[in-house]
Amino acid sequence: MSQTFDEISSQLRKRHRRSARLKWISMGALGLAGLFLLWFFSDMLGKGLPAFQQAQIQVEVDYNEDASRMGRAALDPDLSRLVSRTFERMIPVQIRENPELLGTSETRWVLANAQVDQYLKGHRHKLNEQQVVLVDELLAEGRVELKFNTNFFTTGDSKMAEASGILSAAVGTVMTMLVTLAIAFPIGVMTAVYLEEFAPDNRFTQLIEININNLAAIPSILFGLLGLAIFINFFGVPRSTPLVGGMTLALMTLPVIIIATRTALRSVPDSIRHAAFGVGCSRWQVVRDHVLPLAMPGIMTGSIIGLAQAMGETAPLIIVGMVAFIPDVGASFTEAATVLPAQIFTWAGEPEKAFVEKTAGGILVLLTILIFLNATAVILRKKFERRW
Amino acid sequence: MNRILKTTAIAAAVMGVATVAHARDQIRIVGSSTVYPFASYVTEEFGAVTGNPTPVIESTGSGGGLRLFCNGVGEGTPDITNASRRIKVSELERCIENGVTDVTEVKIGSDGIVFAQSSENEAVDLTLEQLFLAVAAKVPVDGELVDNPYQKWSDIDASLPDREISIYGPPSTSGTRDAFEELAMEVPSEEMEAYGGEAYTEIRSDGAYIDAGENDNLIVQRLSEDTDAFGIFGYSFLVENPNTLIAAAIDGVEAESEAISAGDYPIARSLWFYVKNQHADEVAPLYDYVDMFVSETMIGEGGYLGDLGLIPLPEAEREQTREKVAERAKLQVSDL
Repeated sequence: MSQTFDEISSQLRKRHRRSARLKWISMGALGLAGLFLLWFFSDMLGKGLPAFQQAQIQVEVDYNEDASRMGRAALDPDLSRLVSRTFERMIPVQIRENPELLGTSETRWVLANAQVDQYLKGHRHKLNEQQVVLVDELLAEGRVELKFNTNFFTTGDSKMAEASGILSAAVGTVMTMLVTLAIAFPIGVMTAVYLEEFAPDNRFTQLIEININNLAAIPSILFGLLGLAIFINFFGVPRSTPLVGGMTLALMTLPVIIIATRTALRSVPDSIRHAAFGVGCSRWQVVRDHVLPLAMPGIMTGSIIGLAQAMGETAPLIIVGMVAFIPDVGASFTEAATVLPAQIFTWAGEPEKAFVEKTAGGILVLLTILIFLNATAVILRKKFERRW
Repeated sequence: MNRILKTTAIAAAVMGVATVAHARDQIRIVGSSTVYPFASYVTEEFGAVTGNPTPVIESTGSGGGLRLFCNGVGEGTPDITNASRRIKVSELERCIENGVTDVTEVKIGSDGIVFAQSSENEAVDLTLEQLFLAVAAKVPVDGELVDNPYQKWSDIDASLPDREISIYGPPSTSGTRDAFEELAMEVPSEEMEAYGGEAYTEIRSDGAYIDAGENDNLIVQRLSEDTDAFGIFGYSFLVENPNTLIAAAIDGVEAESEAISAGDYPIARSLWFYVKNQHADEVAPLYDYVDMFVSETMIGEGGYLGDLGLIPLPEAEREQTREKVAERAKLQVSDL
């Protein structure tokens, strides 16, 4: 069967067109994903950046007799309506603790309330007309100002949007992750080492392997239920604590670490093992001195990714009570705490409009940490990866 | 293998240590998500002003809270549970069975459930029956119960707007939904002959009622985009969005603070919390917290919780609440 030149070239054109079309479609898919990402980031940045600034107001604080009972009495009656309650309610406490303050007065910058803050940022506010005039006057005199919101990083949650921060949630996240790592890393690595280097290949180990792979795909909320049933109800670990949260998340992270470690171990070539056996090393010496160190970068990468996944998790923590209102920064593993994603979840449910920017600000902080963690994993892999 | 055993043993030991805890000075609170914003305000204030550790408060829903609360007396059980409805006889009986015999009931205020729409629309005045006909799965037509045929409000009554019925509301796990079913569905259906005097609370699932999740903020956001729709949520969200939302009047009563407080607004409920008196000695600051909660600066007219959307009780009832707290009145099954 002979084909003319025209027929062949038309077929060729068709094939080229088809491959060009496929290329455009895949590029379109990538572009779409990029657009979504861009839209998400710009939305988050637009909403979240204002959270890093907070309105402050300069007031005269007069520590008089009345103020020792009712904080509001220390301030000018008009201005007291613009000042955050978190400042005002501490005045009687301050006077009680430092009696020499009584009778003195000072001028200082204090936190303004969320309404003033929202007004300055051009958002919807609930100030009445006189208050708007007053704030405008103060603004002209330079007595009201948007300043960098250090509070956001140095305090815990608060019902007053202007005073709420992420520190307690961040500390809770760190403590929870420490527990997770302390449990999941050794158990995960040792399990993988056993399965990969020591265990015989039989029905039983195959069954275990299938189960581990299945566990990695289980919805995370089930681990929460397991944590509630075993850790809280059976072992009596206190609810809402980093201890129970960390243990629950460790269950979730375990399969990820096991699978990553096994892949890393498998990528170490057998020639290394054979050479070590050849000079008379025992099996344990081979693993400890040769295989594990060579597999370590892969194990670290897998663990960091598993940890980053656990860090962004809320569902299992709802079940073990870590989605709670925690204004105090925790100091121990058995004290109630919350974590960053749970804090974001809590803020998202607040009716006050001022919490919208806190929510987005919290998301920005969480994203920054996660990007940092994932970047570390990539760098570790790039730096220590060995090709055989 | 040895290492694995050791690690497991260490983990088990850690858990063992954790169980040996001491008498605590931190109050533990669980319960209703409706009461949660108010209670967490008080806990924060309590922690900041008195120097006691800030109570831990979890939002578990009214039913979930009462279940935890009635699990028994002692270290692991909560001291207070918040509820957006009154404790049921069965729940109190379970409490007593489990040794929680001395409970004080504290009524803190009221909350209205509003039926609101985007403020771009004209104000609407609905009767409770019209509202019921819009959300029920089966409605009486010519004396027969049939699948809800109403697609537009004007189908229910010609005086209502010519708009598709589209309602964003809470899911079945929500306390707001429970209260809505009880107040806006049970009440009118019991008076309608076609249901034979029985309460009917099934909500239609043909797409006119849309489950919008537990987050009331989402409902509010959707209403400003979908201006034809209505939303069902707590009064505090209406207060927070005065420019974007208007609430429908129900049976001619506007959803306003006074009307809800006086009990004139038909879809209103009381908010409560329950205190485990058997913990009062062990958890020392317990009643300091309760006293702060029921103080006039919190639950009174113009109190701080009012700013958050809590509707204060009439003055006499507030006094009654404080009296009950002062004498730590024990709740009996016969009181319910």
